[in-house]
Formats: sequence, structure tokens, C-alpha cells
Amino acid sequence: MLKDITLGQYFPGDTVAHRLDPRTKLLLVIIYIVGLFNANGWASYAFVILITALSMAISKIKPKSALKGLKPLVIIIILTAVLNIFYTGGTPIIEGWIITWEGIARAVMMSLRIILLIVGTFMLTYTTSPIALTDGLEIMLNPLKKIKIPVHEMSMMMSMALRFIPTLIEETDKIMSAQKARGADFDSGNLFQRAKALLPILVPLFVSAFRRADELAVAMESRCYHGGKGRTRMKQLRMQGIDAWALLLGAAFLAVIFVMKRFGL
Amino acid sequence: MSEIKVSGLRHVYSADTPFEKIAIDNVNVEIPHGQLVGLIGHTGSGKSTFIQHLNGLLVPSSGTVLVDSVNINGDKAAARDVRFKVGLVFQYPEYQLFEETVYADIAFGPKNMKLTESEIDERVREAAALVGVGEELFERSPLELSGGQKRRVAIAGVIAMRPGVLILDEPTAGLDPAGCQRILETICDYREKTGSTVVIVSHSMDDVARIADRLIVFNHGSIRFDGTPEEVFSNPKELSDIGLSVPAPTQIASALREQGVEIEGSVYTTEQLLAALLKLKKEVGRNA
Ligand SMILES: Nc1ncnc2c1ncn2[C@@H]1O[C@H](COP(=O)(O)OP(=O)(O)OP(=O)(O)O)[C@@H](O)[C@H]1O
Ligand SMILES: [Mg+2]
Repeated sequence: MLKDITLGQYFPGDTVAHRLDPRTKLLLVIIYIVGLFNANGWASYAFVILITALSMAISKIKPKSALKGLKPLVIIIILTAVLNIFYTGGTPIIEGWIITWEGIARAVMMSLRIILLIVGTFMLTYTTSPIALTDGLEIMLNPLKKIKIPVHEMSMMMSMALRFIPTLIEETDKIMSAQKARGADFDSGNLFQRAKALLPILVPLFVSAFRRADELAVAMESRCYHGGKGRTRMKQLRMQGIDAWALLLGAAFLAVIFVMKRFGL
Repeated sequence: MSEIKVSGLRHVYSADTPFEKIAIDNVNVEIPHGQLVGLIGHTGSGKSTFIQHLNGLLVPSSGTVLVDSVNINGDKAAARDVRFKVGLVFQYPEYQLFEETVYADIAFGPKNMKLTESEIDERVREAAALVGVGEELFERSPLELSGGQKRRVAIAGVIAMRPGVLILDEPTAGLDPAGCQRILETICDYREKTGSTVVIVSHSMDDVARIADRLIVFNHGSIRFDGTPEEVFSNPKELSDIGLSVPAPTQIASALREQGVEIEGSVYTTEQLLAALLKLKKEVGRNA
């Protein structure tokens, strides 16, 4: 089912991670990614994995849901691993083979890096509602307004898109069921036939998306929406004590990574 | 003309996630050939979930569904067969129209059945006539029709497959009284013509009671009442406890009975109430 795609889905909860300010979490994810890409040795990878596991425990994410989030990207991970195995020079495992020990090590590291990257960002979307996330982004990007970048409009567009993803998925599910009930067959035939079989879904989906967009525009206008100028927020974002602590820990994490890198661990 | 046998049916949405939801639990029903069943229940009681199991769109978390003694989730061929045997009209079916013309949209189902051109043509015309869509609309785009017309085209699209079981999810939702009446008449016509089994989902008692042989009342995902309209409506208190009401004529009749007026027989349509009152009037006249 379409609904089972968990990548980027928000799960409401009441953990410390849920209570952090979205800006803090965005910064932490950036810190995490910088740290991850500066981890070069096995020891630093182990450290990153440890930190990831700890954060997952704190946010009460079941390993199962994280794994489910990885599923759509399995092919990319495998492809990366295979390319690295075959295209890294070094000492072959067996004389005359193209596969080298260095290649295997690199493949493992690269796959780990992708997996950790996904899991790290997954934690952000798992613990932060899309609305909070775009709000946080908008505030962080506010300085860009000075150079005439329409930050508010962009974030409004983003929150609307995020808001309507579940709606569209649900609608797709419904339309698909209805067409299946009329005998539509989506999973047999060649590529061309399959593409054609999508028409009975896409047409009603677009029709309803346009209708929805129309209605939404009218609803917003009739509530006097006129862009970002002078607009205030219902939910003011405020940094708190735990945010400071979290950022401090983030900095410590980065420091450890750089020290390890210095010593080639 | 098909019979359905459901046993121990249970469906859990989003199993193993924080959003887990048991939509239906322990549902056992047998629907014999040719019966017209009204399925009633408050919002979220699991009606739509239940009917989607009857043609294999949803797979049970546990339990079995037999259509004509075949387990519809048994193998792929059975799952595909049942789509044509059990026709399902969804809630607000007008949002699923997609072809360029009304004709092509009604023909979508029969085409998927791999029928010949002439058979398809025959079925489309027959279905359109049954639901009251005139042939002058055949070349129009379905998007240009009115809401009620769209609904009828969508129903024709399912009827054109000549399913042995016709299931409709809230077919009258959002229509005016005349539109409701027409849809219900269409459904009765279809049953009369083909002898099919029919299941109508609704939360309006008045609509369904009039035409159904049997009512099944859902409450929180399981069956609360199952019987003839008469039997079901004899529990007005329990029905109102689960957010449903008996039809207005039944309420009037039972209020009159409480006042000592002797109204005979079962009353759940306006016509029955009228007949009972007229009969009473005659008797009173005779006695006086
Ligand atoms: N796709 C889904 N994913 C998760 N939960 C669902 C889904 N569809 C329905 N539910 C839940 O299952 C329960 C039963 O829903 P269902 O649609 O079967 O009710 P219904 O009786 O048809 O209601 P209505 O009269 O409003 O159409 C509801 O609580 C609903 O929230
Ligand atoms: Mg429903």
C-alpha cells in the first residue's frame, strides 16, 4: 500500500526530541551530516553509529520503522556498494581478481554513510511536524529576505505541499481501488501498457488536485491572506534550555569527530 | 446471483505503527442469492472497510471471505475473478470518471473483462438506459455533467459489468430527494432484472429501510443488529444509543402506540403509516 511509505513521516510523540525547537533540530542534522562526512576511520564510524543509536532511543524510534524508511533506497545503497567494490584499486583478495580488500572496505563505509544519512534525517522528520519544520526553516532563512528572496512564499508553498502529500496519497489509494473494482490491472503487461494503465488514476487525481487548489485559494483569500507582509504567528517558536544543551552536545560530537580525524581513526 | 459468506473477519489499518487502528473485528455474515441488504452504521463504524473485503480490494488481517464458495483471497486468479463478480460502487464515485467521453467511461469495466466490441456496446447502452443516462450524453465529457448525472454515469460503469453482487457505498450521499429516489429505483430495477444480490451502505435509515429485505447494523467495527427491518427497528433505544435513529414513520407509530392507539403491523415507510392510519379511521367510523 502507498500509505506504508514511512520515509519523512511524522509520528507524534512526547520525547525530548519532539520538544526541541525545530531550528535546533535542523542545526543538529546539519552538524550530524558534517560529522558523518568527516568520519573516515572505523572508530569514527562506530562513534557515529553509537550516537545515532542513542538519539534513536531518545526519540523512541523503533529500529523497525527506521528500516522501513530505508526500503525505498535499497537499490541506491546496493548500487553504491557494488560500484565501490569494483572500482577501487588496491590489493586483490585473490591474485588476479578485480575485487580488492580496499574496495570491500570502501563499499561498506559508503553504504554505512548513506544509511546513516537517511536515518539521521529520518529522525528529524519523525520527531518534527512538517509545519514546525517549515516554520523553523522560514525563520532561519529570514535574512535572505534582504536580498529579495521570497522566503515566506517559498515556505508557504512548502508547507502546503507537505500538507497535501497525505491527502493526495489517500486520494490516489481511493481512486486506485475504485478503478481496480472496475477491473483495471496495474501490475501486468509491458512498460507501455503499464504507463497507459496509470491514466485512469492520473486523470481523476489531477482533476481533484486542481479543484482542491482552487478551493484552497478561495478559502485563503476569504480569510484575508495576502502574503507574508505583517503576518504574525500563532505558535511563536522559542529556544529553551534543552535547545542550548542539545546544541552543546552537537558541538561536542563534532569536536570528537574532528579530533578522531586528526589522529586518523 | 452470487452468495457471500464472511467468517471471523478482522481488519487492522497501519498495523505495527503508532497509528494502528482496528477497523473491523469478528464479523460473521452470510448473504444468500438475491437478497437486498442495507448496511447501516455511524461514521467510522467500518462499513466501507467491510465492503472492500467483499471484492478483494482489502485483504483481511484474519478471517475468510467466500463468494460462491470460493475463497477470494486464495490465489491471484480468484482475486481477479471476484472483481467482475462483485461490482463495487464507491462513495462519491463521480470523482473517478476519467475517460474523454461518457460512453468510454461506462465501457471501461466491460473492456477490462475482455469482451467483444458488440458485447461491450450492448452492455454500455443497457447500463446507461437503466440508470437514465440518455444516449445524447454519450459523446460528452463526463466532467461537463452535473453532479447527479456524474453519479449515474459512475454507477452505470459498474452495472455494465453485470456483477452478480452489486455493492454501493452511500449511493445517495449529497443528492436531492428526487435524485436519491431515482438512484434507489435504479438499484431496485437492476435487482429485478438480473436477480442479483445487492448491498447498500447508508447512514440514512429512511432510505434503505424502504427497499431492503434485511438490515445489518454496524457499531464500532462489529455487527450490532442483523435482521429484517422490522426486527431491527424494534430496538429504538439501542439504535439511538449507537447514534442511529429509526425512520420517522416508525417513531410516529410507536409514539401513537404508547398513547394507546392500536396500530397494527410493522411501519417503517410513510405509505405503511398512511395505510395503517386509514385502516384505523375506517374502523373508528364503523364502530361509531
Ligand atoms: N485507509 C485507512 N487507514 C487507516 N485508518 C482507516 C483507513 N480507512 C478507514 N480507517 C479507519 O477505520 C475506521 C472505519 O472506517 P470506514 O471508512 O470503514 O468507516 P465507515 O463506516 O465507512 O464510515 P463513513 O460512514 O464515514 O463512510 C475509521 O475509524 C477510520 O478512521
Ligand atoms: Mg464509508
